[in-house]
Amino acid sequence: MAVSKKDLQSKILDAYPASVMKNRKKHIIIKDSSEIQEIQANTRTIPGIITNRGCAYAGCKGVVIGPIVDMVHIVHGPIGCSYYAWQTRRNKGVAREGGKSFLEYCFSTDMQESDIVFGGEKKLAKAIEEAVEIFNPRAISISATCPVGLIGDDISAVAKSAQEKYGIPVLSFNCEGYKGVSQSAGHHIANNKLMLEVVGKNDIETKPFSINILGEYNIGGDEWEIARVLHKIGYNIMTTMTGNSTYDEIATAHQADLNLVQCHRSINYIADMIEIKYGAPWMKVNFIGIEAMSKTLRDIAEYFGDDNLKKRTEQVIAEEVAELEDEIAGYKAMCDGKTAILFVGGSRAHHYQGLLSEIGISTVAAGYEFAHRDDYEGRDIIPDIKLDADTRNIEEISVEQDAEKFHLRIPAERIEELKSTVPMSVYKGMITDMPDGSMLIDDLNHFETEVLIKALKPSFFGSGIKDKYAVQKMGVYAKQLHSYDYGGPYAGYRGAVNFARDVVAGMFTPAWQYVLPPWKTQPGLVGKYVEEGEA
Amino acid sequence: MLDQTPSKLSERSALVVNPAKTCQPVGAMYAALGIHNCLPHSHGSQGCCSYHRMHLTRHFRDPIMASTSSFTEGACVFGGKPNLTKGLTNIFEIYNPDVVAINTTCLSETIGDDISDIIRGAKIPEGKVVIHANTPSYVGSHVTGFSNMVKAMVAYLAEDTEVKNNTINIIPGYVEPSDMKEVKRMMKLLNAPYIMFPDTSDVVNAPMTGKYEMYPKGGTKVEEIRKSGSSKATIAMGSFASKDGGYELESKCNIPCHVIKVPMGVKATDDFVMKVLEITGGSVPYELEMERGQLVDLMVDVHNHYHNKRVAIFGDPDIVIAMTELVLSLGMKPVHILTGTPGKEFDKTVEETLKTYGETAEHVKSKGDLMELHQWIKESPVDMIIGNTYGKYIARAEDIPLVRVGWPILDRVGHSYFPLVGYMGAIRMIEKISTAFLDLRDKTCSDEDFELVL
Repeated sequence: MAVSKKDLQSKILDAYPASVMKNRKKHIIIKDSSEIQEIQANTRTIPGIITNRGCAYAGCKGVVIGPIVDMVHIVHGPIGCSYYAWQTRRNKGVAREGGKSFLEYCFSTDMQESDIVFGGEKKLAKAIEEAVEIFNPRAISISATCPVGLIGDDISAVAKSAQEKYGIPVLSFNCEGYKGVSQSAGHHIANNKLMLEVVGKNDIETKPFSINILGEYNIGGDEWEIARVLHKIGYNIMTTMTGNSTYDEIATAHQADLNLVQCHRSINYIADMIEIKYGAPWMKVNFIGIEAMSKTLRDIAEYFGDDNLKKRTEQVIAEEVAELEDEIAGYKAMCDGKTAILFVGGSRAHHYQGLLSEIGISTVAAGYEFAHRDDYEGRDIIPDIKLDADTRNIEEISVEQDAEKFHLRIPAERIEELKSTVPMSVYKGMITDMPDGSMLIDDLNHFETEVLIKALKPSFFGSGIKDKYAVQKMGVYAKQLHSYDYGGPYAGYRGAVNFARDVVAGMFTPAWQYVLPPWKTQPGLVGKYVEEGEA
Repeated sequence: MLDQTPSKLSERSALVVNPAKTCQPVGAMYAALGIHNCLPHSHGSQGCCSYHRMHLTRHFRDPIMASTSSFTEGACVFGGKPNLTKGLTNIFEIYNPDVVAINTTCLSETIGDDISDIIRGAKIPEGKVVIHANTPSYVGSHVTGFSNMVKAMVAYLAEDTEVKNNTINIIPGYVEPSDMKEVKRMMKLLNAPYIMFPDTSDVVNAPMTGKYEMYPKGGTKVEEIRKSGSSKATIAMGSFASKDGGYELESKCNIPCHVIKVPMGVKATDDFVMKVLEITGGSVPYELEMERGQLVDLMVDVHNHYHNKRVAIFGDPDIVIAMTELVLSLGMKPVHILTGTPGKEFDKTVEETLKTYGETAEHVKSKGDLMELHQWIKESPVDMIIGNTYGKYIARAEDIPLVRVGWPILDRVGHSYFPLVGYMGAIRMIEKISTAFLDLRDKTCSDEDFELVL
């Protein structure tokens, strides 16, 4: 590659005012495995910078709570916050037999100026009453938006009294947009509440090989594709948190024998808490990419240690892989040697690297939008993370062993033994899998995106809607890895093929050949008027 | 689809279900994009800016750039001044716009940040401009935000002069870049010098060139907005989105403001043309008269495709008002008419328009939501829904064709390029309405009724 990454790093930083440079310098590293590297993450966005980050509300209602299908999710605030999180994230779901789904709906208290001045608690209480009367949902959530915290509406008191009055669970989330530094704060606020008030509340008859999938939101139907394969092998999925989940299913999460953590960022702490409180261990999985999927299935089977299950796992892997091998090989032949930049999420920028490499595309730079240091550097550094004021403002909860419901699934020695081959309670972070010389950039912003694209000229940029079209204007195919450009599923085996097919379509669509008009690429036509008879 | 919506109207006073509006800042951001070399800036939590950019990007499928003050909890306690001051310094150094147009949010409004004061105290490079609009999300709707930003453009930039020239200011309303371009074309045909602001054409529908331009070619230049204070008259299209800006020009620069409907449909377009003639004293060129004639010819030719069909219309007030008149002029029956934006003027204008055609509707409502519209439709069915993308759920649930008009359109293309205003725009509306009915007929009729010529 012509451009040295060091030069590129300087080029980015030199353009900044001094204070911005000082800040951003710590968020950009070039992988060098000969040393222990630290990246700054989960710190404040610099005002004025065109960031891709969203807010705590987006992380709480938009990401974690919104996908629960049978709850009425009331957003307490002016109309916008509820409106923007309505049907925009592609968390698919269906009503269970005899149950309800409210995913097509948007509920808001639509606060007006008088509510801001005189308080909105009464309106909220009335809104809950109307929701119960009209929709009779299994449960209700209330998410707070910025002004609610400022004017001091006590939404948990309103929730508590509504819960008593109507006899259904009413969960309140103080996820005001200004909390924390990104969506990540909202994931914590949401998951903590689910852990405290929902998980453990519903005991049902269990089946063998029961698992939960944590940090999977069923975007574009991902969870359905994962579940298809897991069911085929013989697993019993108790719940997903929270893609296509129901209130009662989440309440059974404590009964599973194992938690599979897909999105480490949004939910690793819950997996830890379930283990402490109820005894079910967790493992880091990755359902994105063929090899990653197969490894994940083998890891799960290894955990259960059942010979039939292991045999069945190998059968299913063989079947599934045979189905897609030829097609993937075709795509690989087309994409071999191309490069990608990934900037997405708190996990996807890592998860997709394997899948891209399976079709011959190597990732030269990657970063997360709202990750913490452990998502880059691995969990070992968690004790070293210094808590700043923004993080301390987010409630930290701790749990204790549940005297009644705790039981060890497998002996502690066996878990230690498994750790040599299976990622039990382990995540090594994105940096481990990236080659020396590649770049890691936290909270990548618009200016840096432009510089990176121009310098590295990748064939593929995986990111979100806000930078997609700017990147494409530069002649580079940009794919939304949050919404999959309305395609998918991309998880699991069939998802891998969908992804590869879409990437190839995006990179090879004939439109790219027409970006420059012929009059700009061809030498002018040199014509000569020929008099009749002259020739 | 929407299975939980009861068929009987549910009385509600606190819970809004499936809104037909969103909040002010996104409209302000859209208006700001209509200034050349302008970076909109959102003063509040970064989530607001993110949501607004996402929504506009989805509608236009084009880069929508805007910066944010990125409030944290500390900023809420101590005020957002340091964030905005620092933000402005960073914006000018890194992104180098000519103009920064700040909109507030419910957060910064609730804590009471004084934006004018912060701007006065900020270091603004010479020749650069910073303007702001107060856009509290708990007042009005996105249309109010658009209107407030247009008003801010006048308040900050328009310069009063004693001598006025022949120019007409056009405030086009909360419409598509294609619509703005079409209005400009008509002004040229009418030989009427104009200043249009905001003008998002060639900004939010920029071409693919292989080179990214953070500030595309389009947008009204600051100099033009300054000069709008020397114009002869202002035409404000759409009372909700454009009137306040027009009146601000009237009071600040003594320029008479003419508020007209957004020129969609033959009647509103005629009104627009007549208004221009009234101001310029000019005449209509044959080209425009021909377009009008073509429109009316088509109206006669295919009236049987849609005559007497019952239609529900929802969306932004100015657009719904214009669409009501448009469908009435086609001989259709608007039955349920709703906007999410508050404002009794909406109800009044729609009622008056209906009266002109000797019609009454079953429901006319401002500050309504889509659950209510759905329940009206369940109780009293219609043949067609005209509205934005959010109507697709009701359309599917009730098996009714939806003609996509207004903002946002998140699931189809074309709106950036093909106008709905003017005579040509009305022809396009007829095409859309007629096609929707005929597609339905072709899809659902029996084989023996399936016909080649319709």
